This record gives sequence, structure tokens and C-alpha cells, in this order.
Amino acid sequence: MDILRIATAGSVDDGKSTLIGRLLYETNSITKDKIEALESASKRKGLDFLDLSLLTDGLIAEREQGITIDVAHIYFSTPNRKYIIADTPGHFEYTRNMVTGASNTSVSIILIDARNGVVEQTKRHFYISSMLRIKNIVVAVNKMDLVGYSQERFNEIKNELLAIAEQVSFEGQELQFIPISSLYGENLVRKSSETPWYEGETLLNTLENVATQNSELSVKNARFPVQQVIRPKTEEFHDYRGYAGKIASGSFFVGDLVEALPSGQISKIKTIEKFGTKLETGKAKESVVITLEDNIDVSRGNMLVKVGEQPESRKEIEAKICWLDGQMLTVGKTYLLQHGINRVKAKVTKVNSLIDIKNMSLNNTPPADGGIKLNEIGWITIKTASPIYADKYEENPANGSFILIDEMNNGTVGIGFVE
Amino acid sequence: MSTISEKTTVYQANDSSFPRELEDEAIYILREVASQFEKPAILFSGGKDSITVVRLAQKAFYPAKIPFALLHVDTGHNFPETIEYRDWLVNKLGLELHVRYVEDSIKQGKVKEETGKYASRNASQTVTLLDAIEEFKFDACIGGARRDEEKARAKERIFSVRDDFGQWDAKKQRPELFDMLNGKIELGENVRVFPISNWTELDVWNYIKEEELRIPSIYFTHERDVFERDGMIWADSEFINKSEDEIPYKTQVRFRTVGDMTCTAAVASTADNLDDVIGEILSAQISERGARIDDKRSEAAMEKRKQAGYF
Repeated sequence: MDILRIATAGSVDDGKSTLIGRLLYETNSITKDKIEALESASKRKGLDFLDLSLLTDGLIAEREQGITIDVAHIYFSTPNRKYIIADTPGHFEYTRNMVTGASNTSVSIILIDARNGVVEQTKRHFYISSMLRIKNIVVAVNKMDLVGYSQERFNEIKNELLAIAEQVSFEGQELQFIPISSLYGENLVRKSSETPWYEGETLLNTLENVATQNSELSVKNARFPVQQVIRPKTEEFHDYRGYAGKIASGSFFVGDLVEALPSGQISKIKTIEKFGTKLETGKAKESVVITLEDNIDVSRGNMLVKVGEQPESRKEIEAKICWLDGQMLTVGKTYLLQHGINRVKAKVTKVNSLIDIKNMSLNNTPPADGGIKLNEIGWITIKTASPIYADKYEENPANGSFILIDEMNNGTVGIGFVE
Repeated sequence: MSTISEKTTVYQANDSSFPRELEDEAIYILREVASQFEKPAILFSGGKDSITVVRLAQKAFYPAKIPFALLHVDTGHNFPETIEYRDWLVNKLGLELHVRYVEDSIKQGKVKEETGKYASRNASQTVTLLDAIEEFKFDACIGGARRDEEKARAKERIFSVRDDFGQWDAKKQRPELFDMLNGKIELGENVRVFPISNWTELDVWNYIKEEELRIPSIYFTHERDVFERDGMIWADSEFINKSEDEIPYKTQVRFRTVGDMTCTAAVASTADNLDDVIGEILSAQISERGARIDDKRSEAAMEKRKQAGYF
């Protein structure tokens, strides 16, 4: 059984929580006691309908303000697959959560209120989804009931978004438009009779047929970041030395020639194991232990790669960065750069440009105050104390991103994408 | 209720097998814990979730031993079956077990025993837990909590940083991007780690079945003295203050979750094997935490407990 990870995004009041509530409700993922709790909470709020949005707004502050503050993870499944939704806040101040929630997902559902059409948030979400190279964008045009299920209105919105797509979409990204009503469940799980002009699939059917990210990662160059060296030193496993980790991308086979980075030493894969079971092969996202024919220098933070597929060694990196912290990015300050599991000291040497999402344009003059602020996205040059072995994010997302940690407070302050 | 409560389709829940990707993810997290922290511990309650975590740890480091100690915060109101199970597991895997008692925290005057009909030591565990963390200098505590359990849990990170007082601040959580985990902390702070965050109750049961794990007997049907209160079945025990009209009777029940005896309700059941248990969950009309009396206190009961340092 596979897992499809989805990010949902939308502005305040686009009906995102209701949409998710609907999906849970219709796939029988809500139990009776939760529905009863929902009924009484809806009544307390003076509503005469079941407020499905109350299912996802979990924090006290969220219920008070009627908005989503933090990323919530929501689960449901069909006989076909398990779904994990990262429900990310649409509110402007919390854009960093959108990046957080959308990382690792295969699908991004962008919600648009049919009455309001494309707004600044829509562009922002589309841009971020594309920046993260999310392959499938599903544009759910919601509240169709409030525009009389008008095909004309739907097409207007579609065309507006297609124009934006020309600027932000990447090759291979797939865009689908679905007219829906979360409140009445139109075109979510059941095909609506209100939209005879719509020939596409329902939302759930669309999701059932999307390819997961894992299947794509498995055909990339093979990368194995070593988390731990396992040395039991027991009588039975006296000379055992295994490298534990999760395969980031590609696949490895027993007998493959591999190079250890940074030492550059080469050996052959002797075994690929899972809890003592010896496998022929391991592929992306699998946690395994690899043993080698020779004793070479490999420790935590190092990477095993296939000979012939070595990544570049980089000490100066050009990257796109999204800033996640209230304290702005400071040129010249030393941060800790974490690439996968490997940490090195790093210094941002230059902020090259900032993206102006509102106007979909690049601001090529560096910002006046020299930094990048919370929720801003820019291009930087960063220098590391020792080399990292990253791929370009667009070529191999599993080995092409890094986070920056501020050593003053240990916070995760930025997410970078290697260019 | 109006139109919205009408389902537009009938969708059948499924009984497909366990998604192995979840195991790979959890093992990755546990290996990060072993590498990023000096002294991690597994919070072990003897329930199915912490049993799953121990299994995952066993797999993550094989053929080496589990590099974590177990910490059990004993409320004194445990089901004896759980304690038997705990000792069996510790012995079998050769683990190091630390037990600290809520009873001691009460004697030290650090926490007040609740009184009345709904008296429970569940919330008091927090004090004992925080003291134990300080005593053993644990910098990471691994727990079996899952995001599908409860609304406040749905917002929880994999690495959840707590301050000196063990407090959770939902608004100051570190963003977690892709699978990069940042466990850097200051002295005194600690991290709660939730490797099975993305599992559902059904995933846990399917895993237990596929891995053929032994679990405490109270998860299966057995005859027990119970009484009814607030529409729930309570296990009769000396720790619960019953009123006169709450008269115990014998019936076949099992538990879906194993907490303190004062805060865990039973369900009427004849399930005596894992297939039947899984079948019950698929058709269940009540959620897992719906059988947790401690969550019924208010809509935000869990969030408030977490802010105070609960796991």
C-alpha cells in the first residue's frame, strides 16, 4: 500500500478546512463520537449545519480566531492508498508553514473562492508549490454553488491561472482544474450533476491516480547519507560494521561499486540488510544497513554514491532561499548549514536578488537593508567551511535542499534549494 | 442538521496491509535521535504504541542493541497485565528500565492528589516525568503519540522542543522541512520525539499483526468487573470512587488503549485475536481517544496538558 502526501493551501475563508472535513467524512474516516462532538460544537457557535472545518482547527487560538495557524497533519485512506494531508495556513503571516507543509508532498491542492477568483495568496501558493517542484497541482475552484455553477466563471479563473502558470510552472508539472463545492460535496467524491459541462474527474479520483514522489525519486542518481555506523562488538558480530541510513534517491544493488564522500575511497556493496534480512536491492526512502567489502573511512554525515554518479563537491553554493524566522538573514553571519543529516558551518556572502511574488518579477537590486526577511524568498551565495555533496534541487530534490540553523537560538531559520 | 450532514456517497473503509514506508520513516527518526542526542530514553507505558516504538528501535540498530533506556512513569493505577508485559519485554530484549512513581511526587508534596468521582493521576504524571527527565538528564524522550489521535497532537512536530519546564509552545515550533530534523537544544531544554507521528491507529494494529508482536492481554476480550458511567464502560478497581448507584457487574470487554485505570474506558467486545480487533476498528463507531476519559474534560484538554509538559 502506498502513501500519497498532499499539501492543501488557500486563503482565509476559502473553505479549505471544510474541504478536508468533507474528504474525511465521505471516506468514513470520522468516527461517531467525533461527529457528535462536531455537532455540539457547531451548535455552540450558533450554526445550523455541521461545521466540518472544526475538525482540523485544533488549537485554542485557531478556534477563537476561526483561522488556521499551524500545519496540521490529517489522515485518511481508501482501499487504494493512504493519504497524508499537510493542511497549511493560508494566512499571510504564516507562509513559512506553507513551505514546511508542502515539502515532501506529491500533490498541492490550491483552493480558490469562485467569487473572488485569483488573489495574491493564490499566486504565492502556486509559486511556492512550483519552487518545491511539486509535480501535480490541483486547482479546486470552490464555492461554485455561490456562482450558480457557472462554467463561464470557472473558465475565467482557469485562464487567469494558466497565464500565471506560464511564468511559474516548470516542465513536466501537471495542472488540473476542478469545479467544486465543499459545503455540498460537489465533485469531491461524487461527480456533480450541477456541472454537466465539466468532463474531468472528481477530486478524490484525481488523487487516487497521481503517481507518488517515491516512484520518481527511485530513478534519480543513487544517494545514501550515512546516519550511523553500526558496530555491535558482540561475539556473534565481532567484526560487523554496517552503515545505517535511509536511501535518499535512486537504488543500490549488492555488488555495486560505491564511493564514500568526502574520503573518495571506493568499495563494493557486500550486503543490503533490513533487520538481519539480506536484500538484493534497496531503493529511495528505504531505511537499510549497507555493509561493504572493504574497511574504508565512512562516518556519520558521509554519503555513499554509485561510482559514475558522483555529485559535485561544493564549497560555494548558489541557492534560492525562503526565510522562516523573525530575525532576518544577515550577510556575513555564521549559520549552521544542514544538508540532509550533514552539518557544516556556513556564511551567506551575498544576497543576489529577491522575488516579488505579487508582481511575479525578480528584483535584481539587492534589498536596501541587505537581508531577507520572514516569508521572503531570495537568491543567495553561501560559503561552507567544508564541502557538501548536493545535487541541484531541480535535478534531485532529495539531495538538493538544506536548512540553516541559527546557532544563537538553535532555530531552523531558512530553507535553501541548491541551484 | 441540514444538507451538509448527508453523505454523498457510501465509502468503505479498507483493511489493506501496513504501508512499509511508515516503518522506514520511523527507523530514520530513531537513528537521528541516537546520533543527535547524548542521553535519549523511550517513554514506555506498556501500551501498543510504545510497544511499536520499541520494536522499531530494535530494527533500527540491529544487530546492535537498542541504545535507549526505557522510562516508565508509574501512576500506581496501572493494569497489572501491563506491568507483567513490561517486565517480560525488558527481560527479553535486555533493556535498561527506569520506573518513577507518581505516588512519590504526591508524597513529596509536588502534586496534589485529585479527589472526587473523576479523580485521576493522569495529569499528575507530568510532574513525575519532568522530575525524572531532570534526574536522569535525558535530553530526548521518545514517545508513541500519533497525530491522528487528537486535534492538538495533529499540530505536533516529530522533534518537539520543550523548555526548562517541559512546556510546549504551539506558536514557537520549529519548522520541519523534508526529512531534515534539527535537534539542537540548550542545556536544560529537551526534545520529545514522535517517530510514529504519521501512523494511524489502524496502521499500528496492522503492524503489530504483520510483525507478530506480543501485546498485553487486556487488548483482547476478557471477563471483567465493570460499571457504567457517562455512557462509557469503566473497569471497577479500588482506585475509582464509585457512587452508590454505580453497581459493578461482570461482562466481556477489551481495551482499545491502555492508560491509567482511572482514565481508560473499556469496550464491550468478543475479539480474541488481532484480525477481530482490526475488524472492530474498521467498523468502530467510536474513536480511540473517545475511550479516554481524560480527553473528555474539555475540547482543549490535550492542548492544555501539553502546554504544561505532558507528552
